[in-house]
Formats: sequence, C-alpha cells, structure tokens
Amino acid sequence: MHVRTTSLALSLLCALGVATSAQAAGTLHFANWSDYYPPELLKKFEADTGIKATLDAYDSNETLLAKLKAGGGAYDVVVPSDSFIEIMVKEDLLQKFDKSKLTNLAHLKDTFKTLSYDPGHDYSVPYLWGTTGFSYDSAQVPGGKLEESWKPFFEPAPELKGKVVALNSIEELFVPAAYYLGVDECTEDPKQAQKIQDLLLKQKPSLAMYNSDGTIERMAAGEVAMHEQWNGAFHRAHAQRASLTYVYPKEGIRVFIDNFVIPKDATNVAEAHAFINWMMQPENIAAASNFAKYNNAIEGSDKFMDKELFEDPAINTPADKLSLLKPFQLCSPKALALRAKVWTKLKK
Amino acid sequence: MTTPRLIAERRQLGRRLLLSAPAMLTLLVFMLLPLGIMFVVSILQSGDYGGVKWGEYSFEAYRNFFYERDLDDTLVFNTDYLEIFQRSFWLSILTTAGCLLIGFPTALYLALQTERKRNLLLFLVTVPFWTNLLVRAYAWMLLLRNGGLVDEGLQGLGITDTGLGLLYTNNAVIIGLLYTYLPFMVLPIYTSLEKMDWRLVEAAFDLGANRFHALKRIIVPLAMPGIVAGSILVFIPSLGNYIIPELLGGGKTLMIGNLIQLQFGSSHNWPLGAALSFALLSFVLLAMLVYSVRFKPGNAGGHP
Repeated sequence: MHVRTTSLALSLLCALGVATSAQAAGTLHFANWSDYYPPELLKKFEADTGIKATLDAYDSNETLLAKLKAGGGAYDVVVPSDSFIEIMVKEDLLQKFDKSKLTNLAHLKDTFKTLSYDPGHDYSVPYLWGTTGFSYDSAQVPGGKLEESWKPFFEPAPELKGKVVALNSIEELFVPAAYYLGVDECTEDPKQAQKIQDLLLKQKPSLAMYNSDGTIERMAAGEVAMHEQWNGAFHRAHAQRASLTYVYPKEGIRVFIDNFVIPKDATNVAEAHAFINWMMQPENIAAASNFAKYNNAIEGSDKFMDKELFEDPAINTPADKLSLLKPFQLCSPKALALRAKVWTKLKK
Repeated sequence: MTTPRLIAERRQLGRRLLLSAPAMLTLLVFMLLPLGIMFVVSILQSGDYGGVKWGEYSFEAYRNFFYERDLDDTLVFNTDYLEIFQRSFWLSILTTAGCLLIGFPTALYLALQTERKRNLLLFLVTVPFWTNLLVRAYAWMLLLRNGGLVDEGLQGLGITDTGLGLLYTNNAVIIGLLYTYLPFMVLPIYTSLEKMDWRLVEAAFDLGANRFHALKRIIVPLAMPGIVAGSILVFIPSLGNYIIPELLGGGKTLMIGNLIQLQFGSSHNWPLGAALSFALLSFVLLAMLVYSVRFKPGNAGGHP
C-alpha cells in the first residue's frame, strides 16, 4: 500500500514536471488553408523549439477575416493571401512584427524583399507563392498546341465547347480578362467593365462549369481539355498525365503570395515570432513547398526541394517569363462593386 | 373586488406564462434576435471591404434589389436579382411537385404494410440522414457525370448512345434537391395516413367507389395535412439551398442561397446580403399566407 502511494505520488510529480516544462516553452495556435501545411513539419518545429503547436484549417480569406474580426485570440499565426493583407491592416487586425526576432528575414529572395501590399514586411512575410494561369491537355486540343495567350481560354476553339473550366471566383476571371483586353483591372469605368462582361458572357457557353474544387482530378482524368488553374494544382495533375501543359499568357499572369501574419489579439506572440522565423529557414520552408507543391521565397531552399518540383517551369518560373508575373493590386470599393455587378450579370 | 375566482384565474395566467417562458425565450434568442441583427445590418452602410459601418443608416441595399445606377447615375430598373429569385422559386416548385409525385405513393405503400415491415421501411427512409449531405452530393456528381453510372447504364441498355450531359445543369440541381428532401415529404404524409381509419375506404368500396375514386375522395383529403406539411418542409429549404446548386449546378447559375453567400463573401456587400435574406423571408411568408388561405387546416380534413 505504502509503495503504491509513493509510486502514484512519483508519477503525479513526473506528470506535473512534464506539464510545467511544456508550459515554459509555450504553445502556438497556427491556422492555415486546409491541406496547405505538412503536419510532420509542425512536429519537427515542436522538437526543435519545445513549443507545443496546434494546426487548424480554414477554407477562404473571407472566413479567416470573419474569424479575426470576431476576435477572441484563438490564433497566433495565420496565413492570409496578399489580397487581404492591406484590408486586415486597415481594419487593425494585425500586429506589427518585432523584426529583431525575425533574423531570417535576410533569407528572403530579392524579388520578395519589397512587396506592394507590405513594403517593409511590417506585418507579413511570404509563405508560399504561385501563379493563376491555365493548363491544357495537348492530346485533346486541335493541333496539340495552343498560343501562349489568354485568347485560347477566353475564346476557345469551337471543338472545345463544354471542355473548358474556369475557376469559380470573380477575381480570378475578371483580372485575366482585364489583362487580355488591356483594361485596368481596377477600372471604375462601367464601359470598361462592360467590355469584360461581354467577353465573359461570350465565353460562358463554351464552359463546362465554374469550379475551383477538383481541378487536379478533372485535368488528370482528361475529363476536360482546358482549365484555368493554379500552378501547384497543375504540377500535381501533370504528374498523373504527361500530356498537360501550363501556359504563361503573354498578356500577363496573376502571381499570388500567401503570408504569415500575427493577429492583433494573439496570445502567444513570442512563440509566433519564433515560428515565423523558424519557417524562414531554407530546409523548413522547402519541406512546406514539397508538401504543398508551391514555390517559396527563401534563398537557398532550392537544394532541399524535390527535383521534379524545382525543375517544373510552372513552379519555378523561367527567367524570361518573370516579367509576365503581375502582383496583386487592391482596388477601390467602387471598382470592386463593378466587379460584383459583372459577376451577378454573368450568373443570373 | 377580487373574488377567489379572479385570483385563481390570475394565478393560472401566471403559471401559463411561466410554463411557456422556455419556448418564448428560445424564440426570442434563436429567432427574433438574429432576425433583428440581420435587419439592422440590412439598413446600414456597407463597409469598404466587407462588414458594415455602424451608425450610418441607408436603404441603399433595398433600393439595389430593384434598381441599379446606370452610367449617368440615373436609377434604372434591374431584373438580375428578381430573375435569380424567379429561377429559385421555379426549381423549388418543381422539386416539391416531384417529391409529392414520388413521396405520396411511397407513404401510401408504407402505411399499408404490417407493423413490423412498416418500421423497417421507415427506418430505411431515414438511413440517408446518417451520411453528411456533402458526401451524398459528391456521390451524385459521380453518378450523373458523363461516363458516370447513370450514363453508362443507359448506354449499356441501349436507351441513349451519347453522353447525356446531365451534371452541371438545372436538371442535376432538381435531381439533387429531390433526393435531399424526399424524406421530408414521405414522413408527414405517412404520419397522416397512418392515423387514418381504413374502414372509411372499405365503406367507399361498399358504396360503389372504384379505386381511383376512393383515392381521390377519401385518402387524399385525409392525407391533406401531411401533404401540406410535407410540401412546406420541401419547398422552403429548397429555396434557400446552397450546396446542391453549387456542386451539381456547376456554378453556372445562382440560386438565392448562392447569391446571398456571394454578398457576404467576395462581393463585400453585407447589407445587400441581409436585404436579400429579408426579401426571401417576405416571399416565403407571402407564399405561406396564400397557402394557408387556400388550404385552411380546418376544411382540409383529418379530423371530422
């Protein structure tokens, strides 16, 4: 009996000891887009730093914005897209970084050193980035090759009717259409918006659907011949079907960057900084790239990246195509209202 | 003058209020309060990138439902939203009619079985609820797509020879809605048929009615409360359904639910979303009003 009590007390003490040591190193509540962060990498972070981390997922920037607005300090690090950084800063939802704790900022590639939406990296550092172009199946398109332009996507050949899919989001249709027509993507002029609307309405009968989910499966199975697509999704589809090609249209291609930020009401701020700094180490960010199949912004991560990922021109944009990449622009509410109007007209 | 009777009445009233308090509170917290919030949002000025500007009131959202500003800033009549509402109503009416067409015979069949078998069959009707709607919608996508089970089956039987192109059309949306809400039609009709006195049907046969007459004059009128309840239970959620048109409709056309979601999402126009919700609510209330005037529960039968 006596022995039992002692061992019980001992094990209790041990448990307490473990609990306090974990407490000392702190915890981190991290939220990211679903299926966009390797869970094993978080285990490595826990092993490296002793900080206990949890991973949560959300499905859209709007959801994340609503969660942050609701407050409560549930998350210490989240990953909004470039398009939402300025909005979140304006709404006073983000914390300014303590850059003395982000020593690895020096590892950022030159192209990502000053970004329009947060030039000094006061609130955000890039996680992964990609492009929104389109891909086609050379086995299914007439002639086996398409022009490097948005033209074949917005004005598909009659043979491809019902075999083309567009992403289901106004931004991802309006902006490329604006590139193609040479219109300012942030136009406030209804006449210019009308031009874009006409183009999209003309394209609609050729489309099988508007859908942002399942782009990989549809292209990999050869279900459709052309798909507006993110480059990472293309890379995965291409691995299953060799006849797929990714297009960098000559009129320009949207580059998107997802970023680490710390919400204003985060509870574990020191751990959040530690995590972001840790993620900017080449081998760690490369593990994220290998998992999500998107490129990152850290110098020296190449040698830790999978060869077929790094050598895919869709992922690692060739030097002569770099000028085509167009970063995000935050448009005025008036311009966005015009876009919304076009979308409603398109889908009524 | 306070007679003991008056005191007793008052006490009874007090007790009634106390007993109904939980229900009243539930209504207040879960219905009136959210509706109130939605209403306030609908008359506020929209925030620049989502949200609302508190304290700045405007009826812009309601005006936007019918009118839009033209190039020269004049208001012109705008039918976009009305067209989306019209399509939603039309699809919901077709869904309700389809559910009734399939649900009524099913319920009748159920009611005519022995008790043991009946329980088993009823249980089977509820089985689909065990799986998440999203999963079932994806299953329908696999069934309906070109080269899917439905397509291959029909081609195998020699009924069709090319792909039907069913998926991502309004037809696919109706099939999805029909499938989703069928149990909501079957169960209420079954409930009213189960309570029915079948001797009335026997009497009808004795008095020379044929099967059709017995159905039309006896069974349908007695099942009317169930039919009305089932139709309402199918029609209203169909109207606001979001996931079925999104998945099976291919996102090419919007239903009301999608339109409302859009306002709270990428259109950044919460007041319009709230106003659209209220427009939907008022249309539904109007439809219910017409329904209740047309089919007064009193003369629909059920309890002679």
